[in-house]
Amino acid sequence: MSDARLEQADRTNDFAFKIGTVNGTGSASANGLIMQAIFRMGIPCTGKNVFPSNIQGLPTWYEIRVSRDGYSARTPEFDLIVAMNPATYERDIAEVRPGGYLLHDSSWPMTKEFLRDDITFLGVPLGEMCVREFKGARVRILMKNIAYAGALAALLSMDLDVIRGMIQEKFAAKPKLIGSNYKAIELGYDYAMEHFDCPLPIRLETMDATSDHVLMDGNTSAALGCVYAGATVGAWYPITPSTSLMDAFKRFCERFRKDSETGERSFFIAQAEDELAAAGVVVGAGWAGARAFTPTSGPGISLMSEFIGLAYYAEVPSVFVDVQRVGPSTGMPTRTQQGDIAAVAYASHGDTKHIVLFPANPQESFHMAVEAFDLAERFQTPVFLVQDLDIGMNDWMIPKLTWDDSFAPDRGKVLGAAELERIEKFYRYMDVDGDGIPYRSLPGVHPKGAYFTRGSGHTSRGTYTEDADEYTEVMDRLHRKIDSAASEVPSPAIEMREGASVALVTIGSCDGAVREAADILESQGVPVDYMRARGFPFDTLVREFLDAHELNFVVEQNRDAQLKRLLLTETEVDPARLHSVLDYGGFPMSAAFVAGEVAERLGLKVEETRVRPAAEEPEGAVA
Amino acid sequence: MTYIPKPAVRHPGLGANELGLHLRDYEGTISTLCAGCGHDSVTAAIIQAFYELSIPPHRIAKMSGIGCSAKTPAYFVDEAHGFNGVHGRMPALATGANAANKDLYYIGISGDGDSLSIGLGQFCHAIRRNVNMLYVLENNGVYGLTKGQFSASADVGSRSKRGVPNKSEPIDPVALALTLGATFVARGFSGDKQQLLPLLKAGLMHKGFAFLDVISPCVTFNDHVGSTKSYLYTRHHGHELVPVDFVPIRSEISASYEKGSRTSITMHDGSMVRFRKVPEDYDPTDRLSAYEHYRSLQNRGEVVTGLLYLDPGGEDMHDDNATTSTPLAEMAYEDLCPGSEQMDALMEEFR
Ligand SMILES: Cc1ncc(C[n+]2csc(CCOP(=O)(O)OP(=O)(O)O)c2C)c(N)n1
Ligand code: SF4
Ligand SMILES: [Mg+2]
Repeated sequence: MSDARLEQADRTNDFAFKIGTVNGTGSASANGLIMQAIFRMGIPCTGKNVFPSNIQGLPTWYEIRVSRDGYSARTPEFDLIVAMNPATYERDIAEVRPGGYLLHDSSWPMTKEFLRDDITFLGVPLGEMCVREFKGARVRILMKNIAYAGALAALLSMDLDVIRGMIQEKFAAKPKLIGSNYKAIELGYDYAMEHFDCPLPIRLETMDATSDHVLMDGNTSAALGCVYAGATVGAWYPITPSTSLMDAFKRFCERFRKDSETGERSFFIAQAEDELAAAGVVVGAGWAGARAFTPTSGPGISLMSEFIGLAYYAEVPSVFVDVQRVGPSTGMPTRTQQGDIAAVAYASHGDTKHIVLFPANPQESFHMAVEAFDLAERFQTPVFLVQDLDIGMNDWMIPKLTWDDSFAPDRGKVLGAAELERIEKFYRYMDVDGDGIPYRSLPGVHPKGAYFTRGSGHTSRGTYTEDADEYTEVMDRLHRKIDSAASEVPSPAIEMREGASVALVTIGSCDGAVREAADILESQGVPVDYMRARGFPFDTLVREFLDAHELNFVVEQNRDAQLKRLLLTETEVDPARLHSVLDYGGFPMSAAFVAGEVAERLGLKVEETRVRPAAEEPEGAVA
Repeated sequence: MTYIPKPAVRHPGLGANELGLHLRDYEGTISTLCAGCGHDSVTAAIIQAFYELSIPPHRIAKMSGIGCSAKTPAYFVDEAHGFNGVHGRMPALATGANAANKDLYYIGISGDGDSLSIGLGQFCHAIRRNVNMLYVLENNGVYGLTKGQFSASADVGSRSKRGVPNKSEPIDPVALALTLGATFVARGFSGDKQQLLPLLKAGLMHKGFAFLDVISPCVTFNDHVGSTKSYLYTRHHGHELVPVDFVPIRSEISASYEKGSRTSITMHDGSMVRFRKVPEDYDPTDRLSAYEHYRSLQNRGEVVTGLLYLDPGGEDMHDDNATTSTPLAEMAYEDLCPGSEQMDALMEEFR
C-alpha cells in the first residue's frame, strides 16, 4: 500500500510490529505476554520468532502481526519497532515503514546518524526507571522487558486487566513476583501515557474473533498428535527446530501416560546417540508392534536415509517428522525453508518412494500426525510428516483442537495368534488380497508367524533371493502399494474463484501468504484459483487442477523449485503450465511478495503489493 | 545363496526339553558360510543353549547387522522372528524392539566390523542404555563378507593372508564393555563349545546388557600362520580365567564341581552362575578387579576367556524408564489415548 493510503486507512487491529532484543535476556516471556494479551482481547494475531543460532548475546526479534481479517502470514512491513538492542538500532530504524514508530530506551542518547525524520521516535527511559525501582542486575534486565510491554499497552491500547490477569496466572506459584511485574508494567504504561499521544493510530480494540481458538506452535500440536495416535516409542537426537517436539511429547506423556499411583509409564523415549540410531530405534519398535516416531530436521534426514530404505523395503511402519530448516548442510538452523521436499519423497538409495504429509499450520500438524501413524501401519512403510520451523516453532492462532472419542486407530493387516494358528503357512510378502499390501506378524505372537526380516533381496515368501524375477515381483508390488496411497493421503486443499484463469499452487506453511495474495490479487481485479498439496504421492485431483489452468504459479520456499519438480515428475503435467515463485532466504513467506511476483509475471501493476524494502545497509548510515 | 530347506533329521540321543521340543526345533536354515567358519560353531552352541534353556522359539527375537556373522540368525531357531538390518546398526534396532516388547529374549549377533568400526557408536550406546539382550560379537579380526580386510579388532603385528602386518592399535570389545558399564562381560572361543555353552546360557538369562565376545576364526581370510585370530593361535594363547557353569532356576543343582575357591552368583530370576577355579585375588563381581586381571593377562599375550564380570543386579533400561509391565506394543489403544475430555481441558491452557 502506498504511504499516503496507509495513513488514511483504518489501522485498528490491522498492523504489524516487532521487538528487537538480545538473545538470552528473558524477553521471550514479555513478548509472549504481549501476544497473548492481544489474543485474549479477541483479536486475531500471529507471532514469529526470528532468533539466532545462539544461546546468549546475539540479536533476536519477535514479530507480531495483528489482523482483524485473520491473515496470518508474515508481513515485512513494520508499523512499529521496539528497539531494545543497541546493536541493531541502525537496522531496526531502517526497517520501520515511513510514517511508523520506533520505541527505544532513552536512558542513553540515540545515535544521531540513525535518526529518520519520516518516522516517530518514542523514547522511554526504561533502563533508568528499572534501575531506580528494582534491585539486582538480572531483575532489572527482566523488568525492563516487562516495562516495554507496559509502554506498548499504553501506545496500542491494550487491556490492562487482561495483562494483570495473565501475570497473576503466570506467577501463581511465585506470588512474590506478581508485585514487581505489575510495577514494571505500570512504569512503562504511565510513562507512555504521560509523554505520548496514546493510543497511536495503530491500535487495538477488543473483538470476539478468538474465543474458539488457541495459540499453539506446530511442534506442540504434532507431539500431541503422536500422543493421541497412541505412539509409545519416541527416539530422537536433539536438533533445531524439532527439539521442542520431543520436549512436548515428553511433557504430555508425563501427564497422560504415567500411572498416578505406581508411577509406571506407558511410553519410552530414547535420546539416541545420533539420528541413525534414532531411526533404527523407530524401525525396531515398529517391527515389534509399537507405534514409534522420530522428530528431526534436514541433517537428521540425511543420516536416517539408510534406515528409511530398510523400512521401505522390509515394510516396517515408522513415522518421521521433519521440521525443515534452511539447508544445505548445517545451513541456517534457526531459519525456515521447504528444502527437504525432494529429499524426503524419495529418501534412501535404490528405488524408493514414500508417503509424505504436508501440514500448513499447527492444526493440520496435529491431525496429520495422527493420520501418519494410521498410514504407516496400513501401508507398512515409513511415513513423513513434513513441516518447517515456521509451523513448528512459531505461535499460531488455530481453532481449538478437538478429539473424537470414537476414533479407532488403523493398525493395518497384522495377524494375531488365532489367525496364525488357523492358516496353513504364513508368507510375509505375499500379495494375498491383491492390493499390494501383505500381511504382517509381530515377534512373540506365534511360532507360525516367524519370518526373517531383511533389507537384502527377498521373495514374496520372505526368503532370501538374488533371482531377477523374484526380486522384481516384490519391487513391483511395493510400487503399486505406495502409489495406491495417493487416494488415501490428505487430498489437496482447493479454492476456486469466479472468473479465475490462473492458479496459485503451494505447499505447507506458504499457505497463509498465498491465500492472502489471492485476496490481494482479486481485490485488484485478478481472481486466481488456489491449490495446496497436502499429501504425497499426489492424488489425481492434483493433476486435474494443474491441467485445468494455463498458468500455475508454484509458490514454495526453496531455490530449486522442489515442489514444481515433484509435480513434473509425478504428474507428467505440461511444464509450460508451471511457473515458479520462490523465496528461500529463511523468513516465512509474505503475501506481498507472492502477489508482487505474480503481478510482475502477468504484466500487471498491482497497487497493494510492496516487496520488502532492503533492510541491510542503508546508504550513509555508518555511525 | 538360495533358500535351502533342511532335511528333517532327528539328532539321536537327544530327548525333548521341558517344552517337549527337540534340538531340531531350534535349528534354522542350512548355513551358507564357508566350511569350517567359526561362526557356524557359535550357531551350533546357540541352538544348544536355547534348547537347553527350553525357551519357546517364538519368544526369541534375533537381531543382526550385516556381515557373515550377521547372516547367522537365519541358521538358528526358525520359529523366531529375525531382523537382519543394516551394517553396524543392530543395537538401535534391538533397542527399539526391546522398547516395544520387553518380554522377548533378545539375541544380537554382530561381527567385529559391524560392532567396532561402522557400528562402534551404537555398540557403546547399547551398553550405556543397558538394553536387556545378549550381544554376541563373532570376532575374527577381519571383514569376512567383503573379503578379508583388517577389522578394528586386528592385533598389532597380526598378518593378513598376503603377509602384510596390521599397524593400527586394536579396539578391544571386552575392555570396552568393561569400561562402559556392561553388566555381563564374557569371552568365548568358537572352538570350545563346552566353555561357550554356559556363557551363552548365562548371557541369555542375564537381565541387562550381556556382552559375549567370541573368537570365531575366519577360515578363508584369517586362519593362517601370523594371524592372531586363528584356531591355532587362540588354542595356544587361550587362558580361561574364569570357567563357569550355568544352573537354570528350574533344574536341581546336582552337577559336580571341582573343589576350590568356587563362588556362585544368583541371577535376577533365581538361576545361578557357578564360577569354577576363580583365582584367589580376583572378584568377578568387581569391575575394577576384572579389568585389572584382564589387562594384566592380556599384556602377557594371552587370549583371556570366561565370564569376566557379572553384575547380577537385574536392572535394565525399562527399570530406568519405569515402563509399565505390559509391553508397550501390547497396550490397548484406550489406555494410551487421553480422550476428548483431556483435550478440551488442555486447550484452555493454550489461551
Ligand atoms: C553401509 C555399508 N557399508 C559397507 C557395507 C559392506 N560390508 C558388508 S559386511 C562388511 C564387513 C563385515 O565384517 P564383520 O562385521 O567383521 O563380519 P564378518 O563378515 O567378518 O563376520 C562390510 C564392510 C555394507 N553392507 N553397508
Ligand atoms: S569369509 Fe570368513 S567369516 Fe565369512 S563365512 Fe567364510 S570363513 Fe566365515
Ligand atoms: Mg569380522
